[in-house]
Amino acid sequence: MTSTRLHNGLMLVLLPALNILTAFIVTTLLLLAIGIDPVAAGKIMLDGAFGYEEGIGYTFYYTTNFIFTGLAVAVAFHAGLFNIGGEGQAYIGGLGVALVALGLGSHLPAFVVIPLGIVAAALFGAAWAAIPGYLQAYRGSHIVITTIMFNFLASSLMVYLLVNVLSPAGQMQPASAAFADSAALPMWHDMLGWFGISFDSSPLNASILLALACCVAVWVFLWKTRWGYALRTVGMNADAAVYAGINPRHMIVLAMLISGGLAGLVAVNELMGVQHRLVLGFSAGYGFVGIAVSLMGRNHPIGIVLAALLFGALYQGGAELAFEMPTVTRDLVVVIQGLIILFCGALEFMYKPYVQRFLLRFSREEAQA
Amino acid sequence: MSEHFSLLISTLDATLRVSTPLIFAALAGMFSERSGVIDIGLEGKMLVGAFMAATVTALSGSVWLGLLAAIAASVLFALIHGFACITTKGNQVVSGVAINILASGLTAVLALTWFRRGGSTPTLANEQRFMALEWPFAEQLADVPVLGALYSELLSGHNILVYSALLLVPVSWWLLYRSRFGLRLRAVGENPKAVDTAGISVAWLRYRAVMMAGVLCGFAGAYLSTAQNAQFIRDMTAGQGFMALAALIFAKWKPFSVLFACLLFGFLDAVAVRLQGVSLPGMGEVPVQLIEAMPYLLTVILLAGFIGKARPPKAIGVPYVKER
Repeated sequence: MTSTRLHNGLMLVLLPALNILTAFIVTTLLLLAIGIDPVAAGKIMLDGAFGYEEGIGYTFYYTTNFIFTGLAVAVAFHAGLFNIGGEGQAYIGGLGVALVALGLGSHLPAFVVIPLGIVAAALFGAAWAAIPGYLQAYRGSHIVITTIMFNFLASSLMVYLLVNVLSPAGQMQPASAAFADSAALPMWHDMLGWFGISFDSSPLNASILLALACCVAVWVFLWKTRWGYALRTVGMNADAAVYAGINPRHMIVLAMLISGGLAGLVAVNELMGVQHRLVLGFSAGYGFVGIAVSLMGRNHPIGIVLAALLFGALYQGGAELAFEMPTVTRDLVVVIQGLIILFCGALEFMYKPYVQRFLLRFSREEAQA
Repeated sequence: MSEHFSLLISTLDATLRVSTPLIFAALAGMFSERSGVIDIGLEGKMLVGAFMAATVTALSGSVWLGLLAAIAASVLFALIHGFACITTKGNQVVSGVAINILASGLTAVLALTWFRRGGSTPTLANEQRFMALEWPFAEQLADVPVLGALYSELLSGHNILVYSALLLVPVSWWLLYRSRFGLRLRAVGENPKAVDTAGISVAWLRYRAVMMAGVLCGFAGAYLSTAQNAQFIRDMTAGQGFMALAALIFAKWKPFSVLFACLLFGFLDAVAVRLQGVSLPGMGEVPVQLIEAMPYLLTVILLAGFIGKARPPKAIGVPYVKER
């Protein structure tokens, strides 16, 4: 039955391609409708994202965040869970980073503080995700709703802590004190400088290596370990998993722990890499983009890296576009993001009947020939 | 009249104002979810409603045309959601997320393109808004102790949308529990197969429920931009759609409980504003953020099964596939 396999393979490629194409056609139509030349806009965005060193640095810096949140959504998805709480988990991850950096940063050297900060970001993010995970597994409360609620709870908690506890006396701005130098990640331009390569200064820092390492780790975990297999089995069919001797509850909590930990790592890039202090709302938007990244990347690490790069380029290119064209703001990127989630996610199967009919006719003609 | 009493009246008055969009949106969610379609997109539909209401009112000068436009825009978004969830059998949560993000971006882009005011619409004059309605004799009765204040301060002096929202609660109850449509709607959310077997179209029923959600979110949005405020401001829903969703779940998907949940959440909001920086006797200063977080905290505790049991409609989130 090679034709069926070919058929399925074609579906796997054709459907996402058609979906992405639709999203971009609608974007083009929207640009035309608001009086912007799509070709010129596309050129500015492409140049802004990849045309010069600082732009490339920004693109990859955004990409880093999206890899983390995209992986977070994907791991939960493989266990059949929808984690919309990446936003809050990243935010709370920032609390972990800040506690380590502010508490230990001035006493310990960088090679101790940085790993501790990374661990703290992951642990805090994981803990924030574990509560909805536990409630789903043991009390049956719907994880979508609880993770939404936990986003708002995280936001309230962090505003309280930043205003009342963490901001130094006499400072009006709701932000923590600056971190010690030992909590600062090496910047990409400095790292390249060690090898005698010059690169313009940008927010890109060492955490992109961490993000890529996480991609490999997630791939190994999901497809090469016993637990990863158990986790995916629960996602495919929880009842079958029970018969196979897998406890779905454990896997749900495990998936959420990993998912939240990955989301928490956004704080490493943002706080230890760029801001060097805990600031209000630093995770804004990254968690939600993770949903789009994961959907586009078909929940696979390689796909996620590519989708994260696309969104990184969109973010940086969008910023450039807003700078070049006074009538455009970065909200345009938000629209594109929404369209991608709509066409690649919600309307995933829109073309399925048509593509199926087309392929069937094609194979029938072939059989007759 | 004592100071505390007038403070109480003004807090309750604010509660009603804050609760109104929540009531509209939560009832919207109720119709959708009772039919088996999850509605995470309340926030986005409110936002497009708010934007279109302010835009059309500013351009036409008629707040009623604005309301119509809000309903039309919100229903359009509801239909996208319906098409994704019912016709193409896509993921309902993903669709809701898409609606929210799309609404947030699109309203900001269009507001900037059309008005060039940094994402806001022009400020509406008072006669272009839904203004307070004075009840008969409100002024004369204001001096009557207790009852006078209740009548002239609390009951009188709201706009028509506030009263509509309150009236909508018994109407929704009747529709859901006493009409044939409501019976079928509840059935399709619990056991769509049975409804299909009875020869009733599952898809058409769900489409109607989703469109009703669109209409009600349109009201909620119009309230935000043409009654409570006098213009559209970017992302002005600020999480109220999610708050309504929390209220809906807190109310266990029942109309009168929805009213009480919305009033409770609205009350918490009104109290939080008044407690800002106030030191209470014996407790010290209560963190405002704690009161603001209460609705979400309460909903999580309820979902965890510690206050009763929130049982969603059985077929919620599951696309209906006819047996072949």
